[in-house]
Amino acid sequence: MSFAWAKQYEPQTAFTKWIDEKLPVPRLVYNAVGAGYPVPRNLNYMWNFGVLAGFFLVVQIVTGVVLAMHYAANAQVAFGTVEHIMRNVNYGWMLRYAHANGASFFFIVIYLHIFRGFFYSSYKAPREMIWLLGVVIFLLMMATAFMGYVLPWGQMSFWGAQVITGLFSAIPLVGEPLQVWLLGGFAPDNAALNRFFSLHFLLPFVIAGVVILHIWALHIPGSSNPTGVEVKQESDTVPFHPYYTSKDGFGLGVILILFTFMVFFLPNALGHPDNYIEANPLSTPAHIVPEWYFLPFYAILRAFTGDLGIPFTDIALVPAKLLGVIAMFASILVWFILPWLDKSPVRSGHYRPLFRKFFWVLVIDMAVLTYCGGAPAEEPFVIISQIATAYYFLHFLVILPIISQIEVPKPLPFSITEAVLGGTASGSTSGGGKVDPETVVEGLPGTATDGSLQPAE
Amino acid sequence: MSIRLGGIIAGLAITAVLVLWSLLPGAYNYAFGPPAEKQPSYAFYEHGDGPDGGFAFDGAFGKWDVAQLQRGYQVYKEVCSACHSLKFVAFRNLQELGYTEAEVDAEAASWTVPGIDPATGETTTRPGEPTDYFPMPFPNAIAAAAANNNAIPPDLSLMTKARHDGSNYVYDLLTGYGEPDAAKAAKVGFETPDGLYFNKHFPNVNIAMAPPLAVDGQVTYADGTQATIPQMATDVAAFLTWTAEPSLVERRQTGWFVIGFLLFATALAFLSYKQIWAGLKPKKK
Repeated sequence: MSFAWAKQYEPQTAFTKWIDEKLPVPRLVYNAVGAGYPVPRNLNYMWNFGVLAGFFLVVQIVTGVVLAMHYAANAQVAFGTVEHIMRNVNYGWMLRYAHANGASFFFIVIYLHIFRGFFYSSYKAPREMIWLLGVVIFLLMMATAFMGYVLPWGQMSFWGAQVITGLFSAIPLVGEPLQVWLLGGFAPDNAALNRFFSLHFLLPFVIAGVVILHIWALHIPGSSNPTGVEVKQESDTVPFHPYYTSKDGFGLGVILILFTFMVFFLPNALGHPDNYIEANPLSTPAHIVPEWYFLPFYAILRAFTGDLGIPFTDIALVPAKLLGVIAMFASILVWFILPWLDKSPVRSGHYRPLFRKFFWVLVIDMAVLTYCGGAPAEEPFVIISQIATAYYFLHFLVILPIISQIEVPKPLPFSITEAVLGGTASGSTSGGGKVDPETVVEGLPGTATDGSLQPAE
Repeated sequence: MSIRLGGIIAGLAITAVLVLWSLLPGAYNYAFGPPAEKQPSYAFYEHGDGPDGGFAFDGAFGKWDVAQLQRGYQVYKEVCSACHSLKFVAFRNLQELGYTEAEVDAEAASWTVPGIDPATGETTTRPGEPTDYFPMPFPNAIAAAAANNNAIPPDLSLMTKARHDGSNYVYDLLTGYGEPDAAKAAKVGFETPDGLYFNKHFPNVNIAMAPPLAVDGQVTYADGTQATIPQMATDVAAFLTWTAEPSLVERRQTGWFVIGFLLFATALAFLSYKQIWAGLKPKKK
């Protein structure tokens, strides 16, 4: 892996030499996020969010482990121990608000990271495995966040657990027993709370493991970049440290200002007031809504209102609930085949005029789904969410494959250096700009002489 | 190719199912079906705006008005505590309202809490101590329901966080009692059932709680403040904001410090980023 010009780790002291022989962890760090990792020089701020996602994973684990020291996963006392943290534990309110808003910020940066991937087609060869692992991380995050939201044992915790595990009851034949098995009872209670706590503690470490695979897979082809043109020469890259450590440091500062603003001034703005009411199996809230980051998928779930049956008879082949559950899971699983649906050889949306328009439609579509997911299940929100759901699936399954056949991309720059320095300028680092751009045919897809572009089918 | 062909077929199939079996019947029903039924009570609900002038703790620089919290505590003690518990608050917490240690001791002792007779081990009652939590007004939920026309008075510790815009909500609810517009009520067939009370700021406008603040001067404030109904409602709403979020003011003060530090650190990070990259940036032509 890595490029021939990557700097090599050279231990300077006797101690680091000794460590390097026995367990070369410093060498690993140097090659992963240090000067030994050459990165395209033209990354924009959208490339900050991977590091920021890693940061929020650490925030969640650190605050979560400390919160767990004061929390008791017992349906009798769970709500009270959360209040104990808020009132009696030193700076417990800060820990808990940081954890609750940290989950939201984790999802904010992950959604930006995913949409960066959509726009720049980061999922395309040779980076499919990075993308697949990323989708796995996202699914694990969703499971972890859902179970974490149950732990305070408020009204939304309880009824959210009831509704989400109830999704499994839509499965034919085994559905009802499956839900009972998942909950450890006929309704959410102590058994469910305990297992959710156990899994909520476990899964972040599973996520951390998959993140390591995600980064490992990233280091084989190296980072993508906003032109979508692969690295060709040393002048296309800069060492990760200090160039991107400094840029990520600035990005981290900006996101931390936003994060701490929410934690200290609007800590409950992203939550639901009903979760400050202790769980009560006898009282159903007027509107059961999940946390904001699940709303697009909740809207897809609720978009299916009619049983799939034979028209003008009462024969229902597939109940609406099952259709909704299938669609909700499919809406994320479709990301797994995304690298093979979008076959355009051009990666970056900057050079894909048609694709770029539909990308922004998808962004608006997700915003509409988020809004409808939080709205009550009444018209006109139901019809709007149905249209938005239809577009969501059409976008990935129909529009992307067709665009990649018919679109005429704009000419690509020959190299990253050329894109940054323009025309025939020579690079400011050694080895830059030595290739005459005139010898390359406009950089159309699949025509690059060195074959570094993904060939067209 | 086969993945894309399969994708297109699957995408069209999902859309067809959604449009033909869900969207079209729903749209037809929306356009031509009967309009969705709304309960007549919706016509009587009014959104409140909280007390005139807001609360002392409003805004990013807001602070507790300690005298107001003490008045609110008095309203809770003399009015609300007859039915509503405050189970997450301890008497020792009252020191945050500006009471001295001795005053907290005396205040705690003025409450009766459940205890155990040290001689016989039988359950009994004793005066409260600072470490005790506010006592429950009813021995259990069944007793609470039986005494209140089957409605259990909710615990108030977290009330202002358990409702949207909770501080204003508490004020609005306490000042929202009255009579519905008789002509309008007759027209839509709206009536308040026996045992419930009309309150225009309660979501379904018929509430089980009798008007708790019925007359001006219901409590006598030690600091001489006129105990009008809006004044008492504002004070107790402020007190319940403190019980729900005792760390509110400390949190914001910490926040200003943290954000100030982060602005400084981020500015430094930006400058070092620019300096490190300065050598790489192309000269503009």
